[in-house]
Amino acid sequence: MENLNFVYNLIGQNWLAILVIIVLPLVFVLLYALLAILGELKFASFFQDRLGPMRTGPWGIFQPIAEVVKLLQKEDITPTAANKMLYNLAPFLMFTGAYSAFAVIPFSQYYVPSGINVGLFYIFAVGSVGVIGIVMGGWASNNKYTILGAMRAVAQIVSYEIPAGAAILSIAALSSSLSIQEIIIQQSGWFWNWNIFGGPGGFEKIWVIPFTAILFVIYFISSLAETNRVPFDIPEGESELVAGYHTEYSGMKFAFFFFSEYANMFIVSAITVILFFGGWNSPCGDLTNGWFGGAEWWIILRDVFWFVMKSFFFVFVQIWLRWTLPRFRVDQLMEFGWKVLLPISFICFFFVALWAMVR
Amino acid sequence: MGYFEKIWLGVKTVLIGMGITLKHLFSHNVTIQYPNVHPTDKAGSDRMPDNARNRLFMDYDLCSGCGGCVRACPVDCINLNTVKAVPDDDVPPLKDGAKRGLWVLDFEIDFSKCCFCGLCVPACPTGAMKMTTEFEYSTLNKEDLVYKFSHLSKEFAEEKTKIYNKFAAEKKKKDAEAKKAKAAAAAKEKAMAAKV
Repeated sequence: MENLNFVYNLIGQNWLAILVIIVLPLVFVLLYALLAILGELKFASFFQDRLGPMRTGPWGIFQPIAEVVKLLQKEDITPTAANKMLYNLAPFLMFTGAYSAFAVIPFSQYYVPSGINVGLFYIFAVGSVGVIGIVMGGWASNNKYTILGAMRAVAQIVSYEIPAGAAILSIAALSSSLSIQEIIIQQSGWFWNWNIFGGPGGFEKIWVIPFTAILFVIYFISSLAETNRVPFDIPEGESELVAGYHTEYSGMKFAFFFFSEYANMFIVSAITVILFFGGWNSPCGDLTNGWFGGAEWWIILRDVFWFVMKSFFFVFVQIWLRWTLPRFRVDQLMEFGWKVLLPISFICFFFVALWAMVR
Repeated sequence: MGYFEKIWLGVKTVLIGMGITLKHLFSHNVTIQYPNVHPTDKAGSDRMPDNARNRLFMDYDLCSGCGGCVRACPVDCINLNTVKAVPDDDVPPLKDGAKRGLWVLDFEIDFSKCCFCGLCVPACPTGAMKMTTEFEYSTLNKEDLVYKFSHLSKEFAEEKTKIYNKFAAEKKKKDAEAKKAKAAAAAKEKAMAAKV
């Protein structure tokens, strides 16, 4: 598949362009993490009828900078009996797992860092790498709370990957492609062409809409479990396990765990948007294509705007759910994943694949 | 409960919960941004409640010196020093007209110890103890937190103590004489009874 990348058009296909392409998502993730920290603090407060940080800057907008500075200047403690190599490697491994998914996320039709045509499979594969980081961190800390948190994290993430995988598989069947740009391009047009409304097609897609809608809900719930967000935040405990797998970490390493969690939140929101809500497509289709004479920078801006807005909406929904729901018990979590999500996702996959075949 | 009923219940309750949270997202926040906004300002519902238990106030002209508050206080922060008022001295009554039985020479409340429980308020029989809504009285000196409510001068106190001591000594002498007289009368009566 042709890799249209505006950076190549701008600078030419050399090592500088590759560097810029690699660094751009990193810059975006850093800025997004600051925004997400502030968003979480302020939204959490407004949901609880209080004001949140108000003193650091007007309405507290400089609070994330204060948080980052606080984490940077903390003492870096390593427990004496901890396994030094694993202990130091764990946060970076988790961040690697989170960041490598950014290689295939298209922010625009003219920007995807790596335009491979098995992008969907790749995201699903690297999503599991983060678990290794969690288990390493939990085990190497030499602490019973962390190892409990880490074991629960593994059980949870592994068992919720299957319904998530079934949802992704259904979309791959619907779009007959694993390439992410291909999936998004197929959803172009007005918003009723989005996959949650059955993908492109006429009125006959009314038969598949309930199944894609259910698949969206299943994928969203499984992704909450993948990122250890409430109601699935047993690995982090917070009232049961002190702080779960990142109890013993302080300073920069804790900042990395914290940061990877926010990056993961964005990735699963981005994948939800890509799979079900049309990626970087605008809800009004080609209406704004002619503005500014169809210039490339305008198309890129519009795509990035819609993609980021939709993803941020799902990040907001994740924050909203955090302050609404209590935490699952471990056995309830397992029952929910294996007995409810798994059968339903398989049934929906069957019907979606059937419809894709018969269409 | 059936399998599908459980699923339906789960979905429904989550959506109800999300609706409630969303409503609270846009509702009025209850935080009072002190010190920019003072909770005793009459601004809507942000006022401090009228029965808030903050700094104590003692109306000295109502205090009868009974010591009920001293006994009620769980942390012993009230210090009371009284002397009995001699009846034939010119003793002004209390503010509400009751007879004054004691001069309150010292009445100190140590606010570094007070725990704001409010037990001294119902213990006071004349209603001299009151709790106010005042809470901004921190000082730089710990000794400044000992509030002295008595405004009798030292000479007045000494004079009243002297008067009382004199009165007490005289009373003791009179009582001793009366006892001696009674003992003598009783002995005389016994002697008379024995003679008969």
